[in-house]
Amino acid sequence: MLTDQQIRELEDTARHLRVEVLKMLHTSQSGHTGGSLSAIDVMTVLYYQRMRHDPSNPAWEDRDRFVLSKGHAAPALYACLAGCGYFPREDLKTLRRLGSHLQGHPDMNKTPGVDVCTGSLGQGISQAVGLAMATRLAARPSRVYTLLGDGEVQEGQVWEATMSAAHYGLGNLCAIVDQNGLQIDGATEDVMNVGPLGPKFLAFNWHVLEVDGHDIQAISRALDEAEAETERPTAIIARTVKGKGVSFFEHKASYHGVPPNDDELERALAALAMR
Amino acid sequence: MSEKIATRDVYGQTLVELGRENSKVVVLDADLSGSTKTKLFSKEFPERFFNAGIAEANMTGMAAGLAAGGMIPFASTFAVFAAGRAFEQIRQSVAYPGMNVKIVATHGGITVGEDGGSHQSVEDLAIMRSLPKMTVLCPADGPETGAAIRAAAAYDGPVYVRLGRGKVPVVFDQDCDFTIGKGVTLRDGSDLTFITTGLMTAEALLAADILAAENISARVVHLGTIKPIDIDLVLKAARETGAIVTAEEHSVIGGLGGAVCETLAEGCPVPVERVGLRDEFGQSGTAEELLVHYGLTAAHLVEAAERTLARK
Repeated sequence: MLTDQQIRELEDTARHLRVEVLKMLHTSQSGHTGGSLSAIDVMTVLYYQRMRHDPSNPAWEDRDRFVLSKGHAAPALYACLAGCGYFPREDLKTLRRLGSHLQGHPDMNKTPGVDVCTGSLGQGISQAVGLAMATRLAARPSRVYTLLGDGEVQEGQVWEATMSAAHYGLGNLCAIVDQNGLQIDGATEDVMNVGPLGPKFLAFNWHVLEVDGHDIQAISRALDEAEAETERPTAIIARTVKGKGVSFFEHKASYHGVPPNDDELERALAALAMR
Repeated sequence: MSEKIATRDVYGQTLVELGRENSKVVVLDADLSGSTKTKLFSKEFPERFFNAGIAEANMTGMAAGLAAGGMIPFASTFAVFAAGRAFEQIRQSVAYPGMNVKIVATHGGITVGEDGGSHQSVEDLAIMRSLPKMTVLCPADGPETGAAIRAAAAYDGPVYVRLGRGKVPVVFDQDCDFTIGKGVTLRDGSDLTFITTGLMTAEALLAADILAAENISARVVHLGTIKPIDIDLVLKAARETGAIVTAEEHSVIGGLGGAVCETLAEGCPVPVERVGLRDEFGQSGTAEELLVHYGLTAAHLVEAAERTLARK
């Protein structure tokens, strides 16, 4: 259980990271706003409270691994990594620029703290499964976390990976689905209904939890429960809001891949400052 | 060249040796371990063997994850599924990040035989060769396969190795070396050069014998590495013999023939004849029948040699 003080601090951090994401996207004028904002609270708990990692030693073998399977939420990841000290916050201004170490989608060879390359949907979770296998073979204490989008799970490879993680009993693996209900072409239930997600993972013999993906305490508690389960992989279905934190971005598929303009940034920062 | 060995058999045995030497070697398969011969490894090292089931995309992604975790994964299935079904996984999860994954595809080419065109990969070398960071190997025989697999294991980065189904004549010595990126001149000659890969190298040696009886001196250069291609050896052959015949159990588009032509066009244009499948798929038949049907025998190489000599 997190103390009230811890929750307040993590909420402050998440708010700060949202500001970073919006500024980054406003500067680059390219990138994915909605899905970065929906994922921030989960990623804040992972990077600032849950994962064992050392920003001064990104290659630490016993670190927990994070695979951003929904690689288009790279701005959220970069905000976390810069915030934790993997690289200077100044670098965030170079997002998507020629020569930047901050590519449009995560690149392990360019960005300190990025564990694998992702961006082509459905592939990150397979790599997370492989990482969990390697971790177990090497008898390392690390846990492997992967974050998927709820549109992403339309990719058949996700279910191949899901099957294999259960088959190999990867209790050190935790997949979190950022269920914001929207994808580029509209609502996931209209484009290609993937629901009900929890029962699907359950049917694949996973340990399944469902939480409010913006409730810091609930996220933390779910991660505790995931860690306590050592025989099966855990899926956490995190119910989220696309564009969360900025009212005029929320619940809008049209902001999937659209950065804020000058006016939107100003209003968004003002709104976040008041919260 | 009377002895015949299947390259996949040597692969299976070499994997077991590598497994004994290095605990980081892990193996993945997609329900074809009996055919790819990875089953040998699975029996000795069950904890380091991962069957993905019939799911090549996930197998490839898991291999990438295992490499990210410090292991040396060998992932195997038939060439048509490895390079075809899992292409985008190889691109995104293996080649783009430069992961230390070895994709060893068996059942390459038409000598798959009776299963037919659906299972005969005639395009895998072209597909894999087009990927940045990817190394592409295609050994000629059993001994070279063992050496190539060891070279792939020692190399840090993505490697695609193409092996076959059937038994093929032994060309190399049992203790041969394999250097990635280096071809081998198996027979010297001055009138033309056969530049070949895979099982076609044995045919080229036979063709050179036939041509010798006609007082035509044919050099035979084997390229066990399709990429990076041995530019120096290819250009030297062109300069010294002035005519080239390429031969591969693959489409003439984009594989060995394509790579040699690209090299020659930029470095030393000479007449070239490409022997391979002429932009077509295979079909059912025995391996021997198919090699004859698609023009992949020593006799066809002799005809190609005569055509290229006429253009000199």
